[in-house]
Parts: sequence; C-alpha cells; structure tokens
Amino acid sequence: MIKIIKYVIADILRNKIVIAYTAFLLLMSLSVFNLEDNSSKGLLSLLNIILLIVPLVSIVFSTIYIYNSSEFIELLVSQPLKRKTIWLSLFSGLAASLSLSFFIGAGIPILLYQASPTGIMMLITGLFLSVIFVSIAILASVTTRDKAKGIGKVILLWLYFSILFDGLVLFLLFQFADYPLEKAMVAVSAFNPIDLSRILILLQMDVSALMGYTGAIFRNFFGTQAGVILAICVLLLWMIAPLWLSLRRFTTKDL
Amino acid sequence: MNRLIILYFVLAITIPAQAFAKIIKVGKGQTIAVIQQGIDMAVTGDTILVSEGIYRQGNIVINKSIVLKGVNHPVLDGEKNYELLSVKSPNVTVDGFLIRNSGHSSMTDIAGIKIYNTHHVTVINNILEDNFFGIYAQQGTHCVIQNNQVTAYAKATQLSGNGIHCWKSDSMHISGNSITGHRDGIYLEFATHSLIEKNTVQKNNRYGLHFMFSHNNTYTNNVFRNNGAGVAVMYTRNVTMKNNRFEDNWGDAAYGLLLKEISDSDIEGNYFEKNTSGIYMDGSSRIEMRKNVFKDNGWAIKMQASCMDIKLEKNNFINNTFDMGTNGSLVLNTFKNNYWDKYEGYDLNKDKIGDIPYRPVSMYSMIIEQMPPAMMLFRSFITTLLDKTEKLLPSLTPENLKDDYPLMKPLAL
Repeated sequence: MIKIIKYVIADILRNKIVIAYTAFLLLMSLSVFNLEDNSSKGLLSLLNIILLIVPLVSIVFSTIYIYNSSEFIELLVSQPLKRKTIWLSLFSGLAASLSLSFFIGAGIPILLYQASPTGIMMLITGLFLSVIFVSIAILASVTTRDKAKGIGKVILLWLYFSILFDGLVLFLLFQFADYPLEKAMVAVSAFNPIDLSRILILLQMDVSALMGYTGAIFRNFFGTQAGVILAICVLLLWMIAPLWLSLRRFTTKDL
Repeated sequence: MNRLIILYFVLAITIPAQAFAKIIKVGKGQTIAVIQQGIDMAVTGDTILVSEGIYRQGNIVINKSIVLKGVNHPVLDGEKNYELLSVKSPNVTVDGFLIRNSGHSSMTDIAGIKIYNTHHVTVINNILEDNFFGIYAQQGTHCVIQNNQVTAYAKATQLSGNGIHCWKSDSMHISGNSITGHRDGIYLEFATHSLIEKNTVQKNNRYGLHFMFSHNNTYTNNVFRNNGAGVAVMYTRNVTMKNNRFEDNWGDAAYGLLLKEISDSDIEGNYFEKNTSGIYMDGSSRIEMRKNVFKDNGWAIKMQASCMDIKLEKNNFINNTFDMGTNGSLVLNTFKNNYWDKYEGYDLNKDKIGDIPYRPVSMYSMIIEQMPPAMMLFRSFITTLLDKTEKLLPSLTPENLKDDYPLMKPLAL
C-alpha cells in the first residue's frame, strides 16, 4: 500500500498543475500579506481564496486524476492486490499531495505572517477542505463512467457547496424570517463543509461581532471546546463518508 | 508692596485656624479607643488620627468639620450590618481607611462612606471592600472623591450597589479611583457640573459608568473595561467625554458607550476597542465626535435613525467587523474626513482625500439587523457579492449615509 501511495504522490507532485497550484497559492498569500497594511486584513482576503480555490482545485484535479489513471487502476487490479488497498492508496496519495501543496502554498505564509489563532484555524480548515473535496471527488468519479460527465458533476458540486448552498440558506432565512432559526442555522451549517469551516474561522476573526445575539448561539455552540471538537468531527465525517461510499462502490464495480 | 499685603492677609486668615486646630489620637493603644468618642470631643478644624487596627464600632457619624485620618489604613468593619461612615457636616476629610463589610439592604442605600446633604467633603486614599454601596453622595456639592479603591464581590446585580454613587449633587470631582465588582462602577443621577477623570472602572456587573439627567459634566482619561454591559448614559445634555478608553465590553446588550437621548455633547479622542458595539446611539442629537479610534469592534457605531445632527469627523475606523449599523433610511447626520480601512476608492488629485464617497453601512449589516441568524453566512462568497453590488447600486442601505471626503491614510491618533 505504501508503495502505491509513494508512487501516486511522486506522480502528482511532478504534475504541472499541482506545481502551478502551489505556486499560485504561494504568490497569492505572499502578495496578500505584503500588500495589505495590516495582516489581519490580509487574512480576510486569504479567507475567500481558501474557501473558493482550495475546494475547486481539490475536487477538479482529483476527478481528472482518477479518470486519467483508469488504465493504471486496471493494471493494479490485475495484480494480487485488494481493491480496498488500491483505492485507499489512491485517496491517500491525492489527499497527501494536495494537502502538502496547500501547506506549502498557503500554510507557510500564514505561519510566517499571522501565526495567530485565526491563522492556525485557517490552516487547519484549509487542510480539512483539501481532503474533504478529494474524498467527494473520488465518490463522484467512481459513480460516473463518462469522464466529461464526471467533471461536469464535480464542478456542479463545487458550485453547490461554495455558492448555491449559501444562496439557498439566505432564501430560506428570508422565507422563514418569522421563526426562530438560530439553532436551526447551527444544524444547517453542518451540511456544508465550506460553511462550517468559515464559521470556525469567523469565530476567531470576528469575535466581537459574534458576541451579539445570534453570534452568541454560534459562540456557545462552536466556541466551546466541545463545539470545536464536534465541528471537527463533522468535518471528519465529511471526509470519511464519501470515501467509504466510494470504496463500497469501487470494490464491487465492474471496471 | 501689594504682595506683602496679600501675604499678611493670607497669614492672618490661616495661622489662627492652624494654631487652634488640635490633633486627637484615637484607636488601639490610645486613651480613646472608640472613634465616635474622638469625634464627639473634637471641634471644627481638628484632626483625628486613627491608629492601625481593626475596628468593629458600627456606624460612625461625622457631624463636625474635621479631618478623619487613618494611619496605615485602619480597618473599619461593618460586620455586614452597619453603614460605616456617615458624613453630615461640610469641610470633612476622610483619608486612608480600609472600609469593609457594610450592611446590605433593599430598603435604604447603605454605603461604606455616605455624604448627607453637605458640601466640600473630601474622600481620599481609602480602600473599600465588599460594601453594598461604596461611596455615596446624597445632595453633596464640591466634594472630592479621589484615589480610592472600591471593590465588591457580589454575583448578582440586585445584591450589590454602585461603586461611587452621586445623587442630586453638584460640582463633584471624582478622580483616580479604581472600581471593580459593583453593580454600576460610577452612577450619577441629577449630578451636575462635575469632573470625572482618571478612574479605572472594570468588571462591574452592570455598567461601568451610568448617568441620567447629569448635565454639564466632563469625563476625561477614564478607562471602562470589561463591564457587564459597558457604559450607558441617558437623558443628558452638555456632556464632554475626552480621551477615555472603552474596551472589551462583550455581549448582545453590551456597548462600549450607549448614548440614549444625549444632546449637545462632545466626544473626542476616545478609544473604543473590542466591543460588540463601540457606540450605540439612540435619539441623540447635536453631538460632535472627533478624533476617536474604533478598533476591532463588532460594530464600530450603531446609529439609530432617531439621531440627528451628529457630526462624525476625523475618526479612525480600523479592523471593525462592521463600520456602521443603522435601522432606517433617514439620515440627518454628517460624516466627514474619517479614515475607514475598508475604503476601496482612489485619490487621483493626491490631496489625501478619496475621490468617491464611502458608505460605511454595508448591506449585510442591514440584513443582520433585521435577521440576526443570517450572521451564519457572513463573509461567504455570495454575501460578499451582494455587498459589492449594493455598493454600486444602493437599494437597501440608506443612500445619504456616506462620507464624501474619506481619508486615504489613517490619522495619527
């Protein structure tokens, strides 16, 4: 298994797109920190990059990678290896290399310029998001045989998680404005890893505003030790659940 | 020659008083052990020196113009039963005591030191611990309350009184005190022409500073930090607040400074940091705010539409989640030459003033005002998008709430 992971990582890290992604993140975060007059404002600009670019690159790149290595997968399947091992190695390879490029691209500048709780939380959620979207990508690619269709699907998924979901929530909020939705909002946030990550970062960043009425509910929930642990468990679930589903699918799939 | 005449008169007036004033020593190790006896023996102008020790002598009434001075902070203990010092004469000085454990009552306002209907009383260098009210002035005029440390430990607001409480007083001078753990740190009602300066008021259960109907007062160089609901001032005109700090007042109903029905006032050079709302203004008018710094607040200013003729000039707004919130579209206030760190305009003619106006109210702060749960989506892509479109075509945000001359660089404050 380790051999395959090593092979996958080496293969991905040589990939031009991943190098470009790392360089892009590095350039962005360095320029953001150097151009803004205070680094907390830089962190704010970085927030949008992390919440939009990281999921997009993770999900699209992983999908394409899985499709492109279909022949390699077939070759591996013909060897005396468990399908589970093959699939998990592929996932780990993808997750490790994309997390590594995120860490080099955004993590190191964050640690250099803004090693505050907000920065650390951003780094952690960025890593989580990288892995979660790899996991969603492999689920999407294993369930769709056609490459074009698969890529279309993941782009839609990304669009849903990063924009449509929030629009939908906003719409519901307006529709049900007369009802007490504070607690429901906490639950709703669990349905989108990007939202959950954003709230975790906000709790560090906009702590004063969140002391307000609704903020207090978020803070009471996510701001405590138990809340953060629960939020991280939900993020872990977002990582594991698609992976497990894809694994089940892959082990019985007719290649 | 003139000087000599003045000197002669000064000496003529002061020397006899000095000459006849005597010093009476009371307390542990002295012939008079009971402080009240010492006071009864004294005549106007005398000084009573109280030696070190713990005194459980109930209520002490000062009904003569004397100086009551403690040596090494003698302890006056009220055994949770008595009011400790009742000052009922003018020109009294209370200096250097540790006053603790006054009685508690919901009927009368029992205090550590209470000034009754008199004038020119000086309360300095005392330590007050665990009293119901700390220092209470009832119809006092020209009193000085200085360098006292007032501390209480009550958990609930109804179980504690105020640190320094002035009712129907005039020309008070309250300075250099530190007040912790009371209901309101400093409470003024119908207290006028007073100067409140250099006090440190923190961790009180309700408000750091609370006043009503207290006109013509000046507040300078005070620190109000981490009080239950910040500072709330109401129904007053001619308030001057300069160089105060309002910090760490967190909570939905906590404000750095709440201005309710305040008019004709100056708020200058103050520093608002890490409050849920830096300033909350309701029904206020004719207030000039200059050279204040708003930093790391949730809302720097919440200005309700009921305010008018507020002038906001040359303030710094740095790293606040929202620069401004409001609840309506009517704007009768002016904003000029402020520095807003969220300003994204340009300055083509290099006069250090931005060429396009800045609108401090973002659409999202309006949405949150109406629908608090929407806070969940704050800083998401879609709301940023909505904010940007709103900046181009204002529809929800009040159109006239803008700074036409925003500064490009922060002011040095």
